[in-house]
Amino acid sequence: MRIGEAVRVAVGALVAARLRTALTVLGVTVGVSSVMVLIAIGDGTRREVAGRVDELGSNLLLVVPGKMEIGMPTVSRMQLSDVAAVGRVVGDPDRVAATVASGEMVQAGTAKTFTTVAGVLENNRTVLVRQLARGAYLSRADVDSARRVAVLGATVARVLYGDTDPVGRQVTVAGVRFRVAGVFAPLGQSLGVDRDDEVHIPLTTAQRLFATTRVDGLAVRAADPAGMAALGDRIVAELAERHPDSAFSVVTQDQILSVLGDILDVLTGVLGATAGISLLVSGVGVANIMLVSVRERTREIGLRKAVGARPADIGAQFLAEAVLLTSVGGVLGIALGAGTTLAVERLTPLPTLLTAWSVALSFGVAATVGLLFGTLPALRAARLDPVHALRTE
Amino acid sequence: MTPAIEVRQATREHRVGQTAVVALRGVSLTLHRGEHVAVVGPSGSGKSTLLQLLGGLDRPTAGSVLIDGQDTAELPQAELARIRNRVVGFVFQGFHLQPRASALDNVALPLVYQGVRRAERRRRAADLLDRVGLADRARHLPGQLSGGEQQRVAVARALVTGPTVLLADEPTGNLDSVTGERLLDLLAGLNAEHRVALAIVTHDHEVAARARRQIVMRDGRIVSDSHIVSDSRIAGDGRIAGDTARRTGRA
Repeated sequence: MRIGEAVRVAVGALVAARLRTALTVLGVTVGVSSVMVLIAIGDGTRREVAGRVDELGSNLLLVVPGKMEIGMPTVSRMQLSDVAAVGRVVGDPDRVAATVASGEMVQAGTAKTFTTVAGVLENNRTVLVRQLARGAYLSRADVDSARRVAVLGATVARVLYGDTDPVGRQVTVAGVRFRVAGVFAPLGQSLGVDRDDEVHIPLTTAQRLFATTRVDGLAVRAADPAGMAALGDRIVAELAERHPDSAFSVVTQDQILSVLGDILDVLTGVLGATAGISLLVSGVGVANIMLVSVRERTREIGLRKAVGARPADIGAQFLAEAVLLTSVGGVLGIALGAGTTLAVERLTPLPTLLTAWSVALSFGVAATVGLLFGTLPALRAARLDPVHALRTE
Repeated sequence: MTPAIEVRQATREHRVGQTAVVALRGVSLTLHRGEHVAVVGPSGSGKSTLLQLLGGLDRPTAGSVLIDGQDTAELPQAELARIRNRVVGFVFQGFHLQPRASALDNVALPLVYQGVRRAERRRRAADLLDRVGLADRARHLPGQLSGGEQQRVAVARALVTGPTVLLADEPTGNLDSVTGERLLDLLAGLNAEHRVALAIVTHDHEVAARARRQIVMRDGRIVSDSHIVSDSRIAGDGRIAGDTARRTGRA
C-alpha cells in the first residue's frame, strides 16, 4: 500500500471519530505548546544574559577574592592600597574600578527603601559604562575627601522622590545624611532583578559608613583585549604577593557567559523535560485511543486482510493514523505555543525567544510520540488473525 | 494443468484453553479452474473452516493446502496475503463492506494492496460494477443499497483482481429467496464466463443443487464428494463445464 493511501484511510478514520480525535489532538497540542513556551523562556533568558554581559564589553576583567567556585562567598582582604597596586600593574589607575557594597536603608522624608549601597571610585561610570539621567556622577574630589554625596538608581529615585527631581536634595543612607548628586538612566529588569535598585556613594565614604577598610572587588577595563589572560595573571600574582594567605580570581566576560550558559542550558533542559512529561502523557492517550480504534475496526482489519492486505499494510495504516493525530496536534501546538509565547512576552517580565529549532523540535517530538505510541496498537492490528477478526461483531 | 487448489490430509485444530477442538480431520480434495462446487453440511461440520483453508485465510495444523501450487504452510504472511489478493476472492454472508466508502471504492479495495493508482482502480472497479449490474449505484454508500445489491458489490470486489477461485460462505444467507436466486445466477454466470472456480459453502440444499459437484461434510470429514453432471462432462475440464454453466446462467 502506498503511503498516500495509508494517510487517506487514516484521515477518513479520524474524521469519522471526530470528537475522540479532537480530544486526543488537544492533549498533544497542550504538550507541544508547553514544550515550546518553556524553551522560548529558556532561550529568551539566555539571550538576555548574553546581552547584559555583552553590554559590559569583552575587554572587562573582574577581580574577586577567593577561588572561582560555587560555595560560601569569601570575605575580601583587599584594600584601597591593593587597588592602587593593581592600577600600577595595569598601567592606568583610571582603568581599575573598585567596589564595596552593603544592603542599607535609604530614606527621604517619610519615603524609604532597602537597597544596595555601593561605595565606588569616580572611574566606575567609565569602566562599567553607566549613563546618567540627571545631575552629575561622583568626582575624584568626592572620593578623595570622602564627601557625603550619592547617585541614585532610577528605582530608588522614583520610590523616594516620585516625580520630583532629587538632584541637590537630601537623602539619608544608613542614618547619615547625603546630598543627591545625580540619577542613573534606567537599565530595566534583568532575570527578575531590578538593576535600577542601587545607590552609589564614594568608596572612602562607604568604608567609613560601613566601618571597614575592605574593597569587595575590582573591575579592570583592559586596553588591549588580546592580552587579557596575561594581564589577569599579572594582577592575580600581584595580589597573591600582597596577601600570601588569600586566593584571588580573575574572570572575563567570556567565562561568565560560558558559566551562565551552562546553568541556563540545564535550566532550559529541566523546563523542557517537565513540559515533555505532559507530551508523554498525551502520547499515552494516543496509544489508548489507537487501541480502541483497532478494537472497533477489527472486522474492517479482517476484511482488508481477506482481500490481500499484508500485516505491514495494516500496521502502516494504523501507524499513519497515530502519527497524523500527533502531527495535527503538533501543528496546532506550535500555533498555540507561539501565541502563548507572545502573551508571556507582553504580560510578564519573563523574556522569551522563539527559535526555528525549538519549533522544529516540538513538531519532531510530537511526530515521534505518534510513532512511538502508535507502534503497539499498529502491531496488534497487523497481527490480528483474519478468521477471528472477520467473525467479530 | 495444476489444480487451482489442492488439499491433502488437512487437519485444523483449535486450542481452547487445555482442550483441542478439531474442526477438520484429514480432509483431501482438489479444485480445478472453472469448477462449480457446493460444500454442504450441518453447522459445526467444518465447512467454513475448509473454505478458510482453501482461501489462505487460515492454515492447517497438519496436512497441506496448495493454492496455485504453493504450500500455504511454507509461505510467510505477506506472501499468503498476496495469494488472497490475486488468486482467490471471498464473498461472505455478512457482505463485509466498508460503510463509509462508496460501492465503487469498496470494489476497488483489493487493488489498493496491489499499489494500483486511484484512477485506474476506479476504472477497473466501475467495469466490475457494470458486470454485476450496478453501474448506476457506483456512488452509493452500502447503507443506501439493498441486501442483494450489497452482496453483488461484494462479488464485484472479490473479482476485481481477476482471481482463479471465488469462495463464497453462505452468500445468500442474509438475502430473501428471490434475491438469493438472482445472486446465484450471477455467480454461476461469472463461473462460466471467466472460468473462475466457484466454491459455495451453504446449508441450503436448493443452493447446493445448482452446483455440478457437491461435497457433503460431517464432523470435520468429507462424507461424500459427488458430481451431479456426468463425470465425462466435468472431470477437470473447465471449458466444457463452463458451457453448461453459461446455459444455466442465462436460464
